[in-house]
Amino acid sequence: MNKIGLIISREYFTRVKKKSFLITTILVPLVIVAFYGIIIAITIKGGTDKQAIAIIDKAGLLNDSIALKNKNIDFAFIKNETENSFIKKYKTQGYQAFLFIPAIDSGFVLHSQASVSLTTISSLEKIVNKAIEEKRLLAQGIDPAKYKSIAADVNIDNTIDTKEGGKKSVAFLASAVSFACGILIYMMMIIYGTQVMRGVMEEKTNRIAEVIISSVKPFQLMMGKILGIGAVGLTQFAIWIVLIFMMQLALPLIFPDMLQQLNSSAEAGGKAAMAANIAQGFSSLPLLKIGVSFLFYFLAGYLTYASLFAAVGSVVSEDQQEAQQLMFPILMPIILGFVIMTKAVNEPNSSLAVFGSLFPLTSPIVMMGRITYDIPVWQLALSVVLLIGCFLFFTWITGKIYRTGILMYGKKPSWKEMMKWAFKKL
Amino acid sequence: MHLLELHNIKKYYATQKAVDDISFNIEQGSIFGLLGPNGAGKTTLLRMITGIFFPDSGEINFHGEKFDPLRDSAAIGYMPEERGLYKKMKIGEQALYLAQLKGLSKAEASERVKEWFVKFEMQSWWNKKVEDLSKGMSQKLQFVTTVLHNPKLIILDEPFSGLDPVNANLIKEEIFNLAQKGSTIIFSTHRMEQVEEICDHIILLNKGKKILDGTVNNIKQEFKENIYSIESASASVNNTLSSDLFSVVSHAGNKMQIKMKPGIATNEVLQYFINNGVSINGFNEVMPSLNEIFIKLVEGTDTARQFQKI
Repeated sequence: MNKIGLIISREYFTRVKKKSFLITTILVPLVIVAFYGIIIAITIKGGTDKQAIAIIDKAGLLNDSIALKNKNIDFAFIKNETENSFIKKYKTQGYQAFLFIPAIDSGFVLHSQASVSLTTISSLEKIVNKAIEEKRLLAQGIDPAKYKSIAADVNIDNTIDTKEGGKKSVAFLASAVSFACGILIYMMMIIYGTQVMRGVMEEKTNRIAEVIISSVKPFQLMMGKILGIGAVGLTQFAIWIVLIFMMQLALPLIFPDMLQQLNSSAEAGGKAAMAANIAQGFSSLPLLKIGVSFLFYFLAGYLTYASLFAAVGSVVSEDQQEAQQLMFPILMPIILGFVIMTKAVNEPNSSLAVFGSLFPLTSPIVMMGRITYDIPVWQLALSVVLLIGCFLFFTWITGKIYRTGILMYGKKPSWKEMMKWAFKKL
Repeated sequence: MHLLELHNIKKYYATQKAVDDISFNIEQGSIFGLLGPNGAGKTTLLRMITGIFFPDSGEINFHGEKFDPLRDSAAIGYMPEERGLYKKMKIGEQALYLAQLKGLSKAEASERVKEWFVKFEMQSWWNKKVEDLSKGMSQKLQFVTTVLHNPKLIILDEPFSGLDPVNANLIKEEIFNLAQKGSTIIFSTHRMEQVEEICDHIILLNKGKKILDGTVNNIKQEFKENIYSIESASASVNNTLSSDLFSVVSHAGNKMQIKMKPGIATNEVLQYFINNGVSINGFNEVMPSLNEIFIKLVEGTDTARQFQKI
């Protein structure tokens, strides 16, 4: 009907024309790109502050050469000190920590005044393990160089067979894309769902609802708002995709020396290979399937939850706290979906992941977490049917809560009252 | 012809009989006053007439046909007591939007909005937002948005609250204008002096029931108490004046109010004064104000509605 179109276009244009919409829409991709830029810049410069660690090596396990092997830690060997005597001194001598090695294979202790980072510990462990290994090899009469040539270090490539031939897959890329899709849907549902709720609350507290409901049906007003805000979400999305794409093309032009630095740095070979890998990995992903399912699960998930948010907005009055309380049961399944999704990304066919991607309150998020993997057709179909059914059911119920709630002022209705509204016949 | 007919309308809430078996008719082109103390059920009744609520039982006829909110909403303009406008929306756009929701085309809506804005000297408001307006200004805007689509039935709930006398007059003029052009107006208020001035016909609600129904004149006739005011030429009217014709209600200077005994004609009283040598400057019947009638009828019932089990 024409009137619902009017409502949709009002909801859409008042939001899209706002300065804040323009600012967030343009700033967010800028911030993301800038963020990546900074991370890359920092990694290239490698400017982490160096740590000074002292070593008291009673066992003679480490020789001086290891001091050169780690660029983030300065090692110093301390002679003529015992563990107990040095505990009082290392701080004043400028060491953050000291490693005490009493014997060849046990009793290693790292003394420090504050807890030491995981990377520091693991690089120390690596150094010590390697030294012990070498000692043991020598004890067995094996030449360490010979051992190195024997030891295997194999990478298995995953090739995905598509119609256009085999494509190299990158495991981490598939899960990263799944994860990103899941997070996006999660964020969009919460951001746009609460926008619907706030919009409904605004109409109720401004009392404009009464004027409008004397012209249109409450259901039209509710659906108009939900669809209008959904369209804003899609628009924002489309702009982001275009912007991010353009940014990535423009980035080398803006920072021409960044790529050069990348190339000239020590790991240039590795990085270039990785870039090629990522490009290949992307083309191995079922991009069309991802795009279509993303659109569907975003829309269906958003519509399902938006009607719930609208119902909450219609029953509370100005009190933000009441809104928070009522929002909680709606946020629970969204958060649950997010948690299941983080598991599903790594184990896409576990029973938890399958359940989460079928259950309509979590499926929009969880299914996106599995989307880069092979999902049986029956699961996709069932999930779609359940989600649509759930959306229709919720809209029907919440429409009735909304039509009563939007004109009620004063105290917040109890759950029992709301249930009564939901199931009463008009 | 009756524009609107209500037959035995009932609407019960969980703890209240908000509207309890109310029937009345409204003539086309009349200004109809819906009166009642707070909580009498006025708003609920109005919401049923605008199609926001459905009555539990009873029938509403609009233009001789059964009222259909979807079809008839375009012919109704409703200005609720609590004013409602989008605070962040530009005023011109807002008026256009509300007019379009009532079924006007965009071109038509824009023409009407401009017309009304000129009439109310609001042209410079077009790009302002409602939050920039004072209370009185947004009241005017609300009135304009209510009547933009030329509704046959205009429902105004307390239209003058918050308006200064100049703007109140402006809107009052417009109400008369619209009624003259054939619109029917329902005017809900508890400000009696406005009702006396504006309304042809009134009904009075109390506790969900109709307790009074008639034209303003008839009601006054019905409730008059045979009180007359007399103004004499000299201030020294004998205080002891009293007879079996009338009793003195009040007396101050050269003015006094008397209440006539039943069955006495005014001429007999005048004759009495003349015979007593009092020269009369003025002699008027004192009609009760609606305010007095209202208070008389509503007084004695509980001022606050009690919650009850139904």
